Amino acid sequence: MNLTLKIWRQKGPQEKGKMVDYKVSDISEHMSFLEMMDVLNEQLVNSGEEPVAFDHDCREGICGMCSLHINGEAHGPDRGITTCQLHMRMFKDGETITIEPWRAKAFPVIKDLVVDRTAFERIQQAGGYISVNTSGNTQDANAIPISKHAADEAMDAAACIGCGACVASCKNSSAMLFVGAKVSQFALLPQGQVEAVDRVKNMVAQMDLEGFGNCTNTGACEVECPKEISLENIARMNRELVKASLIKF
Amino acid sequence: MSVLDSKVPKGPIKDKWTTYKDKINLVNPANKRHIDVIVVGTGLAGGSAAASLAELGYNVKAFAYQDSPRRAHSIAAQGGINAAKNYMGDGDSTYRLFYDTVKGGDYRSREANVYRLAEVSANIIDQCVAQGVPFARDYGGLLDNRSFGGVLVSRTFYAKGQTGQQLLLGCYSAMNRQIARGKIEMYNRHEMLDVVKVDGKARGIIARNLITGEIERHSAHAVVIATGGYGNVYFLSTNAMGSNATAAWKIHKKGAFFANPCFTQIHPTCIPRSGDYQSKLTLMSESLRNDGRIWVPKNMDDVKGIQEGTLKPTQLKEEDRDYFLERRYPAFGNLVPRDVASRAAKERCDAGHGVNATGEAVYLDFAAAIERYGTEQAKIHGVSNPTKEKIIELGEAVIEEKYGNLFQMYEKIIDENPYKTPMMIYPATHYTMGGVWVDYNLMTTVPGLYCIGEANFSDHGANRLGASALMQGLADGYFVLPYTIGDYLADDIRTGPISTSTKEFDEVEKEVKDRIDFFMNNKGTKSVDHFHKRLGKVMWDKVGMARNEKGLKEAMAEIKEIREEFWKDVKVPGSHNEMNLELEKAGRVADFLELGELFAKDALVREESCGGHFREESVELEGEQKGEAKRKDKEFAFVSAWEYKGEPADAVLHKEQLEFKDIELKQRSYK
Amino acid sequence: MSGFFNSSIGRKYAMALSAFFLIIFLVIHLAVNITSLFSEDLFNQLSHFMGTNPLIQFAMQPVLIFGVVFHFIMGFVLELKNKGSRNVKYAKNNGSANSTWMSRNMIYSGLVILAFIVLHFIDFWIPELNTKYVQGDMSGMLAGEEGFRYFEELQHKFVEPWRVGAYIVAFILLALHLLHGFTSAFQSVGATMGRKKTMKNIGKAYSILIPLGFIVIALFHHFNH
Repeated sequence: MNLTLKIWRQKGPQEKGKMVDYKVSDISEHMSFLEMMDVLNEQLVNSGEEPVAFDHDCREGICGMCSLHINGEAHGPDRGITTCQLHMRMFKDGETITIEPWRAKAFPVIKDLVVDRTAFERIQQAGGYISVNTSGNTQDANAIPISKHAADEAMDAAACIGCGACVASCKNSSAMLFVGAKVSQFALLPQGQVEAVDRVKNMVAQMDLEGFGNCTNTGACEVECPKEISLENIARMNRELVKASLIKF
Repeated sequence: MSVLDSKVPKGPIKDKWTTYKDKINLVNPANKRHIDVIVVGTGLAGGSAAASLAELGYNVKAFAYQDSPRRAHSIAAQGGINAAKNYMGDGDSTYRLFYDTVKGGDYRSREANVYRLAEVSANIIDQCVAQGVPFARDYGGLLDNRSFGGVLVSRTFYAKGQTGQQLLLGCYSAMNRQIARGKIEMYNRHEMLDVVKVDGKARGIIARNLITGEIERHSAHAVVIATGGYGNVYFLSTNAMGSNATAAWKIHKKGAFFANPCFTQIHPTCIPRSGDYQSKLTLMSESLRNDGRIWVPKNMDDVKGIQEGTLKPTQLKEEDRDYFLERRYPAFGNLVPRDVASRAAKERCDAGHGVNATGEAVYLDFAAAIERYGTEQAKIHGVSNPTKEKIIELGEAVIEEKYGNLFQMYEKIIDENPYKTPMMIYPATHYTMGGVWVDYNLMTTVPGLYCIGEANFSDHGANRLGASALMQGLADGYFVLPYTIGDYLADDIRTGPISTSTKEFDEVEKEVKDRIDFFMNNKGTKSVDHFHKRLGKVMWDKVGMARNEKGLKEAMAEIKEIREEFWKDVKVPGSHNEMNLELEKAGRVADFLELGELFAKDALVREESCGGHFREESVELEGEQKGEAKRKDKEFAFVSAWEYKGEPADAVLHKEQLEFKDIELKQRSYK
Repeated sequence: MSGFFNSSIGRKYAMALSAFFLIIFLVIHLAVNITSLFSEDLFNQLSHFMGTNPLIQFAMQPVLIFGVVFHFIMGFVLELKNKGSRNVKYAKNNGSANSTWMSRNMIYSGLVILAFIVLHFIDFWIPELNTKYVQGDMSGMLAGEEGFRYFEELQHKFVEPWRVGAYIVAFILLALHLLHGFTSAFQSVGATMGRKKTMKNIGKAYSILIPLGFIVIALFHHFNH
């Protein structure tokens, strides 16, 4: 198929960017979206232009590196997948596709479609861990039984890949689904209880500091999340924070 | 006497590691504060090493080319991690894990290293559970296990189909804790471009800031390379797009020997290629072989019908299907090791029985498992006289619970429902057992330069068993390197900070800058990918699943040719002082173009078939094992460690003879 | 706890708590008004009680006003803050693909409701204050006649079609506001966990029934005066 692409081009963090139109032809419907971008870039390199910079790595939907706001949606129109798993069969011949970077004050553009997501790193560093040393001399793994239900729920929360689609699709650029998922994973497990109070307080404080917006429960994040992380994780985080604030002012 | 000293401690294999640890030199906590360690790569091996070294008190500088350590390709491992916990009570033990790993590796790994790996494996699970890794559990709340290829016990711990992700997030969280404490300085979006040696010892690296393009100098008392494997030398592989061999290759050029490059694992269950535009291949976890049956049609008429789309696989009668793994290997069936399964699939496809348009695919069928689970569930739920539909419905629910995310992934890529029609799979490059040569301490042939995880060669011999890569990465990083590096650093407590304003740093930085300038100024006409794809094709066709002398010689010549053309005609747009993804790729492909040739050379020298390395000249000609790979222990029970001498073709071979004292050398039989 | 209310989640909580308060208020208001459909007397008596009971007048009423004002101001503050967290807008944004119109436009439905409240105050509350506290007539009686004035005033107000129309539009917007707001408030305080579906259904029922009740009352008096 033949397509028109409208792509955000921005030379560097300080430069002004703009939407630029490109044409690609002979795109197979079996291609992934990023392979289509590869075709465009090969075309650009061959004609002496600079290729479009975009983040990507594993190309199997797990590293969380790829982003892209495609036709107004994070990771494009399909559900439960990342951009690298989006296939061209979701589009029609002759279609115009708009491709933009994640937009959020806390995710500044580095170049073209690449954004800086280190705000997420700092939130994790504020408390997204259990303070256990790495000696291996902890207790036996089976010493604390954990109900299958709790383990499965913790796993569902832990499935977050940190791609930032929640922030990108939220009208408020809120990062609460991301933070909620991490807080929930530990809140659901006995290992996480010891530091629960400080964890939720510190992570939320860091989230606020980074300039993400506030959650208004539109649920857009849950719909666009490639790992289908549930909104319940935000509810759980809210509860954890109240609990923590009551325990420790 | 060989220049290689493996430094394996004396004594019985069971006590080696414990006794060694007891006698090793330690650095006192106050002195650790004055010692810097660089860790390049932050996957399972690098991440766990960085966290542990920081925990011990060293100042760690960690480098990742992605924007976060959490994105390293360890994250893509699906199936699980092995550990000799024997929670299932099925006869597992440290010895058995050790034995399985050595046998699975076709007797080309170092016994002492493998034993140590098996020994610390149980600690990994304890460690990860303490960190909050949500492993799968049974209804009693205890940890669940499953079985993987090449073994007869269930010792694989898993977290849905995302075990690698959860383990990596565990070690990422351990890193985060140390970053928050200021003990790890994290350099995201940085790529190591060379190592700096001072007085023969590794004392730092040159790295490029991938956002600004700045070339930076970083010094340390020791350097740890944990940058993963070189599978992308094939262009198409299950590796991430950015996975590269640059760090490993650069240290090879600076004196670290490169071992067994030809030992590469071709994974049997990957989604087949669909066209020339393909950028990478997607793995379907080996765990699927627990329940899936692999087959191709027996009759060529059926093959034709399927290839042309006039016949559906589900229409084929049981007797018209060739379950070739069950036929050839009745004892292990669909759970033979990866190399064996891959070759068997290739053999069927080469014989014309492939089931997709390109003729390069076999079926992985879940119909039998769905029916089996469905019947079982019907019994559990007390459904009397269930209809076939009901059984299938119940069975599909079980399969979904076990492999839901993999099935969804498959459906998104191929656009077919794998619950209703068998999956199509084909082997693809997945893991590299070969890598930088290291001794028992995981130190390379350059003092102070360590190599851990997939980047080294040590534990998997000629073939890696499923769920062992995660085990090795974490064992190296959490439990081995933190001890062994102390032994080396104990001599460095009086060295003081390492200056980066020395002629050694000047020289290496100049080399790096010159190469970047070359790329930026070369007025070529072809893109980096053009050369990478050509290299990949030569590698796959001639240094792939089956190799022969003629093909390997041709491959060496062809790779050399492509390399020469690359240096004349490569085109890199943009500039060096900004984010430039083409420039990054150019550097990596340049290194692959050298590594590929050494790879072929190594395969040429190893005139035997073992593990993932299959020489067509070396097969069993008669007996029960007729047609199977033939290992030649008398001549080839060694590790080939290559020393760099300029051109890859001029590399000098050093042999580390392998001794098997605790395991009897015999032919692998999965029949 | 002050730190809590300065955090993003704390503000959400505050917003939700004021919402709960208003949700309860709406129920009481409707309960009083609905009596006007079947019993003039009961309506008059209830209205007089509400209008003259000191506890309601001097304790509950100020709290209610504070609640309303707080909910509005907080809503505006959060909206502004949230707008600021995306400094470059998308060229193309397909919000309807992942969220409801109501959830994305709370500020607009809220503004309409605010405008309605102004109208409502002019219609009822200010005359009420004038009668009671400026003119000092606390009797609740019609001028020169026997019987309470409340029902008469109510009917009188709904004579003009434009006002009925305006009320209906406002209540529809209130319904839309509630369709998101009700469950959203429960989600904010973390009370939806494990019972998301039930909460959604209760929310739907509430958001439709309450405004519908008010609409029926307005229409009833329009056609029955």
